[in-house]
Amino acid sequence: MAERHFKVWRGDAGGGQFEEYEVEVEDGMVVLDALHRIQAHQANDLAIRWNCKAGKCGSCSMEINGKPKLACMNRLSDYPEDFTIVVQPIKAFPLIKDLVTDVAWNYEQNKRIEPFTPRPRGADGEHRMMQDDIERVQEFRKCIECFLCQDVCHVLRDQDRKDAFAGPRFMIRAASLDMHPLDTADRIPALKEELGVGMCNITKCCTEVCPEHIKITDNGIIPLKERVVSRYYDPLMILLRKLKGLFGGT
Amino acid sequence: MDDPSEIQTFEHDVLVIGAGGAGLRAAIECAKLGYDTGLVCKSLLGKAHTVMAEGGMAAAMGNMDERDNWKIHFRDTMRGGKFLNQWRMAELHARQAPDRVRELEEWGAVFDRTETGLIHQRNFGGHRYPRLAHVGDRTGLELIRTLQDHAVHQDNITVHMECKVVDLVKDGDRVSGAVAVWRDWGRFVNFKAKAVILATGGGGRAWSVTSNSWEYSGDGYAMAYAAGAELMDIEFTQFHPTGMVWPPSVKGILVTEGVRGDGGILKNSEGERFMFNYIPERFASETADSEEEANRWLAGDKAARRPPELLTRDVVAKAIRAEVEAGRGSPHGGAFLDIASRVPAEEIKRKLPSMYHQFKELAQVDITQQPMEVGPTLHYFMGGIRVDHDSQETAVPGLFACGECAAGMHGANRLGGNSLSDLLVFGRLAGVGADAYIKAQTGAPVFDQVQADAALKRTTDILNREEGTNPFLLHEELQEIMQEHVGIVREKAELEAGIEKLQALKLAVEKVKAAGASQYNAGWHEAIDLSSLVITAEAAARAALLREESRGAHTRLDFEDEREEWGQVNIVVGKDGAGEMSVRKEQRPEPPTELSGIARASLEDLEGSTDG
Ligand SMILES: Cc1cc2nc3c(=O)[nH]c(=O)nc-3n(C[C@H](O)[C@H](O)[C@H](O)COP(=O)(O)OP(=O)(O)OC[C@H]3O[C@@H](n4cnc5c(N)ncnc54)[C@H](O)[C@@H]3O)c2cc1C
Ligand code: SF4
Ligand code: SF4
Ligand code: FES
Repeated sequence: MAERHFKVWRGDAGGGQFEEYEVEVEDGMVVLDALHRIQAHQANDLAIRWNCKAGKCGSCSMEINGKPKLACMNRLSDYPEDFTIVVQPIKAFPLIKDLVTDVAWNYEQNKRIEPFTPRPRGADGEHRMMQDDIERVQEFRKCIECFLCQDVCHVLRDQDRKDAFAGPRFMIRAASLDMHPLDTADRIPALKEELGVGMCNITKCCTEVCPEHIKITDNGIIPLKERVVSRYYDPLMILLRKLKGLFGGT
Repeated sequence: MDDPSEIQTFEHDVLVIGAGGAGLRAAIECAKLGYDTGLVCKSLLGKAHTVMAEGGMAAAMGNMDERDNWKIHFRDTMRGGKFLNQWRMAELHARQAPDRVRELEEWGAVFDRTETGLIHQRNFGGHRYPRLAHVGDRTGLELIRTLQDHAVHQDNITVHMECKVVDLVKDGDRVSGAVAVWRDWGRFVNFKAKAVILATGGGGRAWSVTSNSWEYSGDGYAMAYAAGAELMDIEFTQFHPTGMVWPPSVKGILVTEGVRGDGGILKNSEGERFMFNYIPERFASETADSEEEANRWLAGDKAARRPPELLTRDVVAKAIRAEVEAGRGSPHGGAFLDIASRVPAEEIKRKLPSMYHQFKELAQVDITQQPMEVGPTLHYFMGGIRVDHDSQETAVPGLFACGECAAGMHGANRLGGNSLSDLLVFGRLAGVGADAYIKAQTGAPVFDQVQADAALKRTTDILNREEGTNPFLLHEELQEIMQEHVGIVREKAELEAGIEKLQALKLAVEKVKAAGASQYNAGWHEAIDLSSLVITAEAAARAALLREESRGAHTRLDFEDEREEWGQVNIVVGKDGAGEMSVRKEQRPEPPTELSGIARASLEDLEGSTDG
């Protein structure tokens, strides 16, 4: 068994500092395993979130050597042996303690998105959909709500515009409803106004960190932006709508 | 003790404890029936165990093979459960599961499709026909997210997350609420309620090799037991045959049965496809007896019988163990699970993306090129809180249970995919049961602050005591005891020695100490969970000692076979007058004639049967 050197941020909203730990490690261990070892033997009260230990629940988000990652999927062997592994909480949300932050804001965003509103079932009682037509929606629905994309999005992280932008996670949530073959609701006005799709300036940082490899920007946000544009800013569309209004269309 | 002025109070009509599939579905039902509903969970919303379910959700929709219907699903479930299931529950489940799948679709779930645009269904062990509605190998995520999105848009559901319930509160016999602690800020909260629904999941964390997360500390069992409800069938702990065995840090993590459903085969170190040597008598007529036939089945020949890799989990887990014992194991003490040589790489990646990812990232194995190494892992509790099979009510009036924490549906062994459907069917029925109960009550129950304060004191004592043992080390000790003494094969002397050790451990747990403050203190959380874990472990060990036969997931070396007389009884655990754990046999009622007829009928008689 080898030893590895860790620096882990300890503290709460009132302040804190990095603490150093030496951890005995074995083949195949991930950062979360090392943190659990610290917790069991050196710092019982170390706060960490985790559940599945297999990249499926999105609980163990943290910043490891400056990069937003899932601690349960980050192998120690990814770093040279004498390298110090530095672990700190995600930055875009208020700290509770150690590696745990208050992500409640994210749960509030979901409530603001109009829920799924399906069309009626077919005459045979079925909702028929073709696999090809749902692939995009299934891509978005892979999201494990790790909020790493929210963490890196500069609109939330640096500009702190949580009042104006729901963030990439909720853009793809909205997109997954908008592109659902059965859905009938219109979320374009909300995306333009409250959810703030216009705030995104396509830096693609969110896409880069997504552990589910969802193409958040290209497949989700850009198409949504296009829909907003064609609804509100496309002169031809506006003219058509006006004409429809004039001649009594709905 | 905490300053009582800091204790918050919430009042709900119904309090649902647990926000996995079962708790969410129960809460949605209560909200629909007009009740103000509180939904509490230990983790963040959407992170419950349900999110990890992979393979799918069983329902006899007949989309892939129209011969399928509820009766065959019912028959498969009873046979898989070795006829120890509660007949009525298995019936309700088989009849109602298809509607629950369709309802999910109505709420936005996007299942994989067939070529004609219907919900695609996959093969799984013990299911006669392809029956598991699924989304690749991340079905649980789809299920929990759909329910979560639906629930947060109901005005009368309030979610309380990262909040751990430590005890139930009663008014006389009936339940009147619960006491909980916020994990994040460490403060206490009282929940007053007219009815309480437990949906707390299982207790697999009592073992060291398990697919379960930290949440599975058996809290529901312990709280129900303490409140005077009974536990049943708790000796039946399912060891899933295919957990990861290497590297050590991921030992136990699940490899979905979908790998075998989609064509994966098991081999020993000699390259032999050994499952052909382990086909039990009862399934011989429905299982392929040659590789040639099994291959035809995979190619879609409906006349061919199913490969032996898809026998029920108890059979496959024991076979792998026997191969390892005989010296034919893989390098890290498991068996080889090979899909690489059977299915094209692209198809594997498409059908099993998260397995591909999991092995690549965690074990550096490419499953499209190499076999996986797998071995048994503690996965699921068939037993749990005993409930009335129609209302889901426990022996405590106003207290209900559903999902993995409840007993009865699965008998001695659960079929894969039957849990996700169980969550929805019985989650909903628990809501209906709570409604009937509340309507029949006169006057709201009284919340007894004295009981609440006692629970609070017990919990804060852990922080306040001067010294005591490290909770993490006690937990490891418990896991070693259960792994060694109450494992996949059991024996009288081993079980007795295990129970002895548990007595000593119980005393140590009473003196456990957590250092630090109450705010997000992992050691404190671990220490609180320990008291539930030891009750769960002791109940499982004592019931396993009493059941002198081998049936389903319970295997006794000293009683190798199923014994007729034990098929007539369930084991029930409760608290006796002196506050001690009592374990007894209880005679099962005669099965309804119609149902026992279906369970024992031949397939030909049931195929194409349409009557309701
Ligand atoms: C890796 C894996 C794969 C699986 N795959 C499948 C599959 O393909 N098909 C299938 O049918 N089944 C599968 N299962 C089994 C199935 O997922 C579980 O049995 C099921 O999800 C349990 O659901 P539940 O709603 O009963 O509990 P859970 O989803 O576990 O939820 C329990 C809830 O109770 C809460 N809770 C517990 N104690 C307390 C407390 N004291 N206070 C407050 N809240 C509390 C937890 O926080 C959580 O919210 C799988 C299981 C695992 C582990
Ligand atoms: S692409 Fe848009 S949403 Fe993503 S990080 Fe950049 S600004 Fe944020
Ligand atoms: S979109 Fe990706 S990064 Fe963002 S929350 Fe979902 S899984 Fe995480
Ligand atoms: S623990 Fe679930 S994603 Fe890391």
